[in-house]
Amino acid sequence: MTQQPEGAETDAKTEAGGETEAEALARVARHRERRPRVRDEHVTLAHGAGGSATADLVEDLFLRSLANPALEAREDQALIDVDPGRLAFTTDSFVVSPLEFPGGSIGDLAINGTVNDLAVSGARPAYLSAGFILEEGFAIARLRRIVDDLAAAAAAAGVQVVTGDTKVVGRGKGDGCYINTAGIGVLERPVELGARFARPGDAVLVSGPIGDHGITILLARGDLELEADLESDTAPLHRLVDGLLEACSGVRCLRDATRGGVATVLNEVAEAAGVGIALEETALPIRAEVNGACEVLGLDPLYVACEGRMVIVVDAAEADTALAALRALPEGEQAARIGSVVAESPGMVSLRTQLGGTRVVDTMAGDPLPRIC
Amino acid sequence: MRFVDEYRSPDIARGLAAEIAELAGDGHHKIMEICGGHTHAIYRHGIPDYLPDNVELVHGPGCPVCVVPAGRIDDAIAIAFEPGVILTTFGDLMRVPGGQGSFLDANSRGADIRMVYSPLDALKVARRNPDRRVVFAAIGFETTAPATAATVLRAAAEGIDNFSVLSNHVLVGPAIQAILDAPGQDLDGFLGPGHVSTVIGASAYEFVARDHGKPLVVSGFEPLDVLQAIAWLLRQRQEGRAEVTNQYTRVVPWEGNRAALRAIDATMEPRATFEWRGLGEIPWSALALREEYAAFDAERHFTLPGRRVADHRACQCAEVLTGRLKPWQCAVFGTVCTPENPIGTCMVSSEGACAAYYHYGRLQLGRDAHAAPVPSP
Repeated sequence: MTQQPEGAETDAKTEAGGETEAEALARVARHRERRPRVRDEHVTLAHGAGGSATADLVEDLFLRSLANPALEAREDQALIDVDPGRLAFTTDSFVVSPLEFPGGSIGDLAINGTVNDLAVSGARPAYLSAGFILEEGFAIARLRRIVDDLAAAAAAAGVQVVTGDTKVVGRGKGDGCYINTAGIGVLERPVELGARFARPGDAVLVSGPIGDHGITILLARGDLELEADLESDTAPLHRLVDGLLEACSGVRCLRDATRGGVATVLNEVAEAAGVGIALEETALPIRAEVNGACEVLGLDPLYVACEGRMVIVVDAAEADTALAALRALPEGEQAARIGSVVAESPGMVSLRTQLGGTRVVDTMAGDPLPRIC
Repeated sequence: MRFVDEYRSPDIARGLAAEIAELAGDGHHKIMEICGGHTHAIYRHGIPDYLPDNVELVHGPGCPVCVVPAGRIDDAIAIAFEPGVILTTFGDLMRVPGGQGSFLDANSRGADIRMVYSPLDALKVARRNPDRRVVFAAIGFETTAPATAATVLRAAAEGIDNFSVLSNHVLVGPAIQAILDAPGQDLDGFLGPGHVSTVIGASAYEFVARDHGKPLVVSGFEPLDVLQAIAWLLRQRQEGRAEVTNQYTRVVPWEGNRAALRAIDATMEPRATFEWRGLGEIPWSALALREEYAAFDAERHFTLPGRRVADHRACQCAEVLTGRLKPWQCAVFGTVCTPENPIGTCMVSSEGACAAYYHYGRLQLGRDAHAAPVPSP
């Protein structure tokens, strides 16, 4: 691909009078071969129409940031080589508001969310797709930042975005930018993890402080007029999973605690395995800022979303080994044992409160709504 | 967390529990916590684990969401479907079922009902949308009424002409009076509401001791507050006293908050009667906007259907709200009526007795699960 020197266009114009037709056509051809740049300031319907504007957007934003051989082949699909064995396959859509927040953006979430869904199966996340649905009028500069975040997150997680898609919807028909990612991971270890494998006596761990992401988003929306020095926990979990599975053979199940938080994940485990789960409130790693915001808003941090934390159920004999493996990495520094799997109250999660009383930690009905009094 | 952990110390709780057990002696003590915030705190912290069997807590009508009659929800939804209306309200009200579904259901049918955190935010919505009519569906006891009052005063001062209030504000005193007047009432004392008392003051309950001979202790919401207030009630019982005392002195002044009371009085006046879910019509128990602020009164801007909607036949919220039934004694609790599909309001708000018990309390089987503490690594 040839790159025109700056000012070439102006020179061509001044000489245009003396040009032959062949020279003019050659000039046009050279111009068309230039690496396209998106000069618009906002996304227009043309960017989704499949013509040259779409091509410019793909070239300038997506290919520039996400460069890899499979993507640059520009075919309708990516061809990838994998060793025979088991694959993990998942998809997730991202519709967060605001699109950018302290600690990350929808671009980070779109990679980390899918990477984590793959990682918690024990797979090595390898290849992702990315589909963008953009609203007419969305600022190109903002899209560029989001794509850059997405590319950086992919690089950090060691995955390649090998195929993608862009659509544009009319003004008012979307919320700026939605992203869907799907991912393929390769199971290189002979592990089988699942909520159904939890059994009484197992230890329940969490990989770090809970609720940071959900509270960060709530505060970033700005309608609470609360401020806190808090960042989203969005991060890939693949290294933690790798370290954990390397160190322990008794891992029963891993789940990333996204929507519905740790409480929801644990209720799923209790249900699937037909066991009870007993938590200790004083053992829960929760930042003071998150706790404070939850107290003010009447929310329970156990139900607040995380984007870079997982719940681990592991043979109690390996609980300390597992904690050491998690804490060996910066993203697992504050991992903690928060409770145990028990035979009593199957299907139910309970909590010994700070006060020393007990209560149920139930599944959530709908969105948690702040209380008034 | 500072200023919170101090009120959740297990050591002090054990001391208070021993004191409560001793004061309770051999008698039976039936204590009503009036406020839904207390109900929530009691279950959330596992306070019943610290109480002997002969100290019985029953839930009162102090959950503003729970006492809103279904007809008022329908009225608000009717306003929301008027042309150009944005209805705003607190999150608590979004899921409350009316005769024809909840606010969330109305939104799925095309209404524009938005959750706000303060009535002042509703006023902001009005400023930002000058071509729309913005209505705030106000709810709450005297706790939230001052904020509504202040918002009306500000709207008047700024001359905002596209904002109005649908007042569902209710008064706690008449509700307690109704409970005390109910036939067969056998309560031995009350945990007095905390937040509402910051506005009306502990002195507002003096009629409970004076006219009815029942002790009332205004209590905070942290577990040690509740345990201490229960101990104070039992001590009065043991000594044969019936007084109103204030455990929550760090927040509640004896005479209340004069500025807040003035704001309410300037903008609102008691209604001759108002329907309470579970308690029926109670005279002088709710607040409407005064004539002077008619311009901000949604009831005067819109024609309300005003239909009375009978409670679901199987619903026993009335018995639960008056302390005659425990949530689990209701025939439909947890089966037909769940937080996902509530048929009664007590199941909707997290302050509602049924929702609090459903979410936190159903642990008859699991006490042993916590026998062995988790080793702290």
